[in-house]
Amino acid sequence: MDRLVFRAGGWLLLGLLALLAAAAAADSGFAIHMVIAALACMIAVWVTASKADYGAMARGILKTPADESRYDDDPIRWGVIATVFWGMAGFLAGLFIALQLVFPVLNLNLEYTTFGRLRPLHTSAVIFAFGGNALIATSFYIVQRTCRARLAFPGLARFVFWGYQLFIVLAATGYLLGITGGKEYAEPEWYVDLWLTIVWVAYLAVFVGTIVKRKEPHIYVANWFFLSFIITIAMLHIVNNLAVPASFLGSKSYSAFAGVQDALTQWWYGHNAVGFFLTAGFLAMMYYFVPKQAERPVYSYRLSIIHFWSLIFLYIWAGPHHLHYTALPDWAQTLGMVFSVMLWMPSWGGMINGLMTLNGAWDKIRTDPIIRMMVLSLAFYGMSTFEGPMMSIKAVNSLSHYTDWTIGHVHSGALGWNGMITFAALYYLVPRLWGRKRLYSLRMVNWHFWFATLGIVFYAASMWVAGITQGLMWREYGTDGYLVNSFVDTVVALQPMYLVRALGGALYLAGAVIMVINIWKTIAGSPLREEKPMTETPHNEEADRPIVAVPAE
Amino acid sequence: MGDPNNISPAGEGRFSHKKLERNVSLLGFFALIAVAIGGIVEIAPLFWIKSTVEKVDGMRPYTPLELAGRNIYMREGCYTCHSQMIRPFRDEVERYGHYSLAAESMYDHPFQWGSKRTGPDLARVGGRYSDEWHVQHLVDPQSVVPESIMPPYAFLAERDLKAGDMKNDLTALSRVGVPYTKEAIAAANDDLQAQADPSIDGSEVAARYPKAQIRDFDGNPNRLTEMDALVAYLQMLGTLVDVDKAQPQQVAASADSAKGDK
Repeated sequence: MDRLVFRAGGWLLLGLLALLAAAAAADSGFAIHMVIAALACMIAVWVTASKADYGAMARGILKTPADESRYDDDPIRWGVIATVFWGMAGFLAGLFIALQLVFPVLNLNLEYTTFGRLRPLHTSAVIFAFGGNALIATSFYIVQRTCRARLAFPGLARFVFWGYQLFIVLAATGYLLGITGGKEYAEPEWYVDLWLTIVWVAYLAVFVGTIVKRKEPHIYVANWFFLSFIITIAMLHIVNNLAVPASFLGSKSYSAFAGVQDALTQWWYGHNAVGFFLTAGFLAMMYYFVPKQAERPVYSYRLSIIHFWSLIFLYIWAGPHHLHYTALPDWAQTLGMVFSVMLWMPSWGGMINGLMTLNGAWDKIRTDPIIRMMVLSLAFYGMSTFEGPMMSIKAVNSLSHYTDWTIGHVHSGALGWNGMITFAALYYLVPRLWGRKRLYSLRMVNWHFWFATLGIVFYAASMWVAGITQGLMWREYGTDGYLVNSFVDTVVALQPMYLVRALGGALYLAGAVIMVINIWKTIAGSPLREEKPMTETPHNEEADRPIVAVPAE
Repeated sequence: MGDPNNISPAGEGRFSHKKLERNVSLLGFFALIAVAIGGIVEIAPLFWIKSTVEKVDGMRPYTPLELAGRNIYMREGCYTCHSQMIRPFRDEVERYGHYSLAAESMYDHPFQWGSKRTGPDLARVGGRYSDEWHVQHLVDPQSVVPESIMPPYAFLAERDLKAGDMKNDLTALSRVGVPYTKEAIAAANDDLQAQADPSIDGSEVAARYPKAQIRDFDGNPNRLTEMDALVAYLQMLGTLVDVDKAQPQQVAASADSAKGDK
């Protein structure tokens, strides 16, 4: 009981502090954020007080443990729903800003809906909200199963989930209000960064705590990747966001670093947000869900060890390739390029380890649309981890940098690898978490697969063309020795490509809408959709015999 | 190295990865070491290798008005479409001007080099267009560049500049190493007004911030708007350093070492 009063009181106190900060705020954006924080605290007070689990209190007094025979899956169910929700929000924002580049009138002449404010909303929504929720949910799911143990610190696990949602809401509303640190993918301001740090440390505690109480002697490879992801993101987040606030009651802060140093710190962070958030964490998903869905063991244990250590060691060095030919010293640029090229190897090692896991189960690509999604996601992982090292070569980068080629590269990785492996994981998780026999519809998974694939093809192809076109037009000289194109000529040239890109995004979003319906129906417990089975190849006894060579006449 | 045939299947007797797989503290510790090395080797030296940021004449901290304009530039996410980093290529130098020097962003907390040119580079946009052009372009970009896909920023002209207490901003910047003097910090709010208000004597601003452009920027001398601040910032970009005087890095480094590393 004391504990309950202590907790509710703590939240109440925090809420009151936030209200005070709102009242004394130096700018309106900070005031709005503090009101949001106060509201969140009040909800926490209400939940703590009203949902007081008297049974648990009694168990606490009697020292009886909670039911350890079942996994703690509530935060994972919420996480699945949050992943789908934020995914839709992020995809929609992406489609909208893609259309803004074709039809500038869609900026709506409002400060809140300009491209400049919506673009961080899109990137953060898909990376941190969609991807982040997928990572938290799957890591909690996987760590329990592979450790054969319930989540450590169940209260803290719930705090991680809801605290992370508060982080997302503060970040997203901040972008619309114009509160930004001005560093790509690290836009949230100092107080939101501090909040995320607290949530992240809690996340580490829950994750490591669960590993510590494991009943299996070994820590499964997926957990190595999750662990390195959590640790590295903590390191990157803290260092890159070091800043001095102009006022402790205002939203504005100034980065601790300037110019060259700030640029490299930012891209050390930015590239490894890709490397650890979007790669290591999602590789952990691969190392669990691909073997489970294929019902085959991971291809090679040794390859996973090599893959893990070489990937995490090499990735960190690759940041400077975002700064080729800038004022960053040449030695740093070259170092970044060399390590980026080396990074190709562990990346493909991981892809091979995932794909070869299907050894002996290749027929499932035809019959199981979830496996098909996993294979496609690994194929895109392989493709973009080849493209990345290629683009990091300085000669290539001199053409590709600042153009839409980079955007195409990012999206073939994000839509293809991160998106598809997440969809596959969601399709795997939903029937199991809600105790359904299987998904509402497998055919709809297939439809989702093809919509998404087609969307990525349109997206990536149009951006390659756009990027190379723009790069070449910028450097085009006429016979008179003058530049041929003004900047705006290149803008005009890209318009058709931008339209094709938006079409690709719309297809990808359409696929995701099919997923929402499918998952909705599965969770609601609707009767399975009446549909033909996925394979229509009947077994032909006549044809099922060896081919005998017939000598030519 | 030992005989490779000696490795027992379980890897007992010598280092075995199984030790890491059974101990989460060890695994986490080694993972942290593995990911820390790259950053330490690449980033840390930038703070003490002198040639990283070669000194050039003319660099000064932003005036309070320019700083307020820069904050608006970041608030509106201009960096998502405009770079401020000219690469040393013939076409870029002809299109945008002398390639960017490291020193030109030495007071930028944070840097705004950008990563994408949906619009042109802005590192040396200062002085290239008139104030009237900038105002018109920001209010309705398509009215001056019909093919432009830039969003309109008409609200900047209609809104008073509420920069808050600029003393706080200058103090915060001085804490992270920008050499604002005590006088500059104390006068921050006055300087903010004086730079854009023709009715106030701007000589103090000019003395504190060499090459500061002191005039009304948005075409409305009676009001200090967000447009004033943003245009003041844009008109300053790339105008501080006389790039022709900046020596190539190697020349500077050899001159530096000849002076006995002073």
